[in-house]
Amino acid sequence: MPPAIQVAGVSKRFRLSHETYHSLKERVVHFGRTMSSEDFWALRDIELTIAQGETYGLLGHNGSGKSTLLKLIGGILAPTSGEIRVAGRIAALLELGAGFHPELTGRENIFMNGSILGLSRREIERRFDEIVGFAELEQFIDMQVRNYSSGMYVRLGFAVAVNVDPDILLVDEVLAVGDESFQRKCLDRVRQFQREGRTIVVVSHGADLIRQVCNRAAVLDHGQLVFVGKAGEAVRVMRRHVLGDDADGGEVPEVPIKSRVKAGPDGPQVKVTNVVLDHPGVPDRRYLLAGEPLTIRLQYRASEPVADAEFVVTLYDAENRVLYAADSGVLGVAIPRLADEGEVAFVIDHLPLLDGRYTFSVGVRGPGVLYDWQERQYSFEVMNPGSVLGYVDVAMRFEARDVGAAGDAEGRAVVDAE
Amino acid sequence: MRVVRAHRTLRERVADMWEYRELLVGLIRKDLKVRYKSSALGFAWSLVNPLLYLVIFYVAFQVVLKAGIPQFPIWLLSGLLVWNLFSVGLTAATGSVTANAEIVKKVAFPREILPLAAVGAALVHFLLQASVLAVALLAYRHDVAWGYLPLLPLGLFAVLVFAAGLGMLLAAINVRLRDTEHFVELALLAWFWFTPIIYPYMTVGNQRAENGFLVGLYTANPITPIVVTFQRTIYNRLESSSPGGGRLGEIGAGTELLPGWGVEAYLLLLLYTITLGVILLFIGLWAFARYEGDFAEEL
Repeated sequence: MPPAIQVAGVSKRFRLSHETYHSLKERVVHFGRTMSSEDFWALRDIELTIAQGETYGLLGHNGSGKSTLLKLIGGILAPTSGEIRVAGRIAALLELGAGFHPELTGRENIFMNGSILGLSRREIERRFDEIVGFAELEQFIDMQVRNYSSGMYVRLGFAVAVNVDPDILLVDEVLAVGDESFQRKCLDRVRQFQREGRTIVVVSHGADLIRQVCNRAAVLDHGQLVFVGKAGEAVRVMRRHVLGDDADGGEVPEVPIKSRVKAGPDGPQVKVTNVVLDHPGVPDRRYLLAGEPLTIRLQYRASEPVADAEFVVTLYDAENRVLYAADSGVLGVAIPRLADEGEVAFVIDHLPLLDGRYTFSVGVRGPGVLYDWQERQYSFEVMNPGSVLGYVDVAMRFEARDVGAAGDAEGRAVVDAE
Repeated sequence: MRVVRAHRTLRERVADMWEYRELLVGLIRKDLKVRYKSSALGFAWSLVNPLLYLVIFYVAFQVVLKAGIPQFPIWLLSGLLVWNLFSVGLTAATGSVTANAEIVKKVAFPREILPLAAVGAALVHFLLQASVLAVALLAYRHDVAWGYLPLLPLGLFAVLVFAAGLGMLLAAINVRLRDTEHFVELALLAWFWFTPIIYPYMTVGNQRAENGFLVGLYTANPITPIVVTFQRTIYNRLESSSPGGGRLGEIGAGTELLPGWGVEAYLLLLLYTITLGVILLFIGLWAFARYEGDFAEEL
């Protein structure tokens, strides 16, 4: 079976002129002045094969070229070099209802939009009822579209696009529009397309959507393809690029350790001299999987023995919210006397976190004195191999009893467990 | 299997356009519907414009300047309607890509369809106006030049090819240089007076002896053959026979209005326009091939 989409050596150059004279007058006035223009490569030598029936994600931050690539696949832009082979009819959900004319009725717009999307009049007639039904606009179909609410507008646009009966569906973050029930309907339709073995390409910077629906994904960064592989893995790579953070999670960063709040200069000094993250995983993997063990080891040095010290750790999510804060005391270990150098550890048997980069602070304190506090200087990264969403790995099972006619003799539903 | 690449052959692109022919019809239909949707008079509006022109020019030329062209309404409309087809079609075609920016940016289809649809919509208006004129001619039992009648479809073809070719080229330019549209409006205003629509061709054509070069230049106007062909066929009167010269002086009894050429001469002139139109069409297609891949980004 030939691939659904074969992108071969595709580059796309845009000319950015620094002085954009968009009118004849301006050009005449500025005639003779050198029009300095700069080449901007939105995409460079992209090689990509998308198999039939795959749901493929294109990830990247704004300006990475992911939307340009989608437009090239859709034929809206032409590549500067290279070529794209597409097997089958494409429908692009770039903007729902693009080309709707407010003066025309819903019915007229269905025909108009359908023919823009490449359907013949007869094909549209055959699908007309289904389109109207999907959009739930039976009573309003002969009303001018300018009187539609924005929700009705979007529904009609989506209904036309998905009923084009595409072999390949291109989706550009449009699933994030509309009310919740409509979003669910869109997602249901995408899943139906998946079951029917159609190819879907989704562009998003929303990692959740990619994780939820895609089998595979590619990550673009500044017009270059930086990663192709499993969706979950792509999400992790993507996050690194978005954060512009190339420090490898799990290793002690090179940031010099500095004390933000000092204990009195005259009193005893206790410092955390080193922080080591210990995760007994595959040695060359720089991230954790959800549910894996993690140990945070703190090495300390005390200038003189101190009494009743406590080590503190605080975990934060990407938005700096405190996820968890504890100290050695509340964890049930008293340290009556701390002297010289040594190592203590916060041990997590199963890290209950999902996707994301997490930061943490460490510190040492005594009664009424903060010896050392290193605010959010360390981080680690967790990759969620599954398809659930969120931050917390709530170990959850699903059970079903008496859910329908498909039950066995005891009235227990037959549920396929993966 | 569809292939997207930088350079597509002319054959591939024409095949694409053919595949999207229903979109062409749809766009024309949309244009007409949208224009008359919320208006009380509807299609009658498309008759108002030529009628207003008729009244204004009648007063200005026949009453005030006493130009003395017999059956002035038929004279004027026989040339004006086909000029309007050219003028409206060219204006709309020039702005067609920028006006449809929303769909160009979001949907893939052969962009050449847009200027073609603009000219197509102008054609529908023309046919509507022309049929009203035809009814009027029948009612007045006006005698057209039957021998020249086969030239009309050719003349119509000539104006369509020329407007589509030039319009396609200008539409591509207009994406980059937005005031091409305004420039076209001004140019058409000058072009209108440069074409024998209100005044007869022979007022200029008769001066060939004195100003051969200028008259040659004047005759090179590719719209002139079309207008003159329509006038020759529909107006069907070579000379003014009405008594008394006007203050414009030249047009009195027996004054020549139209050249007395045979069908072959008109045919040759039309072929000249068609040739230019086909060349322009190829240049326009080339301009689209060169630039349409970036339209979505430039808009």
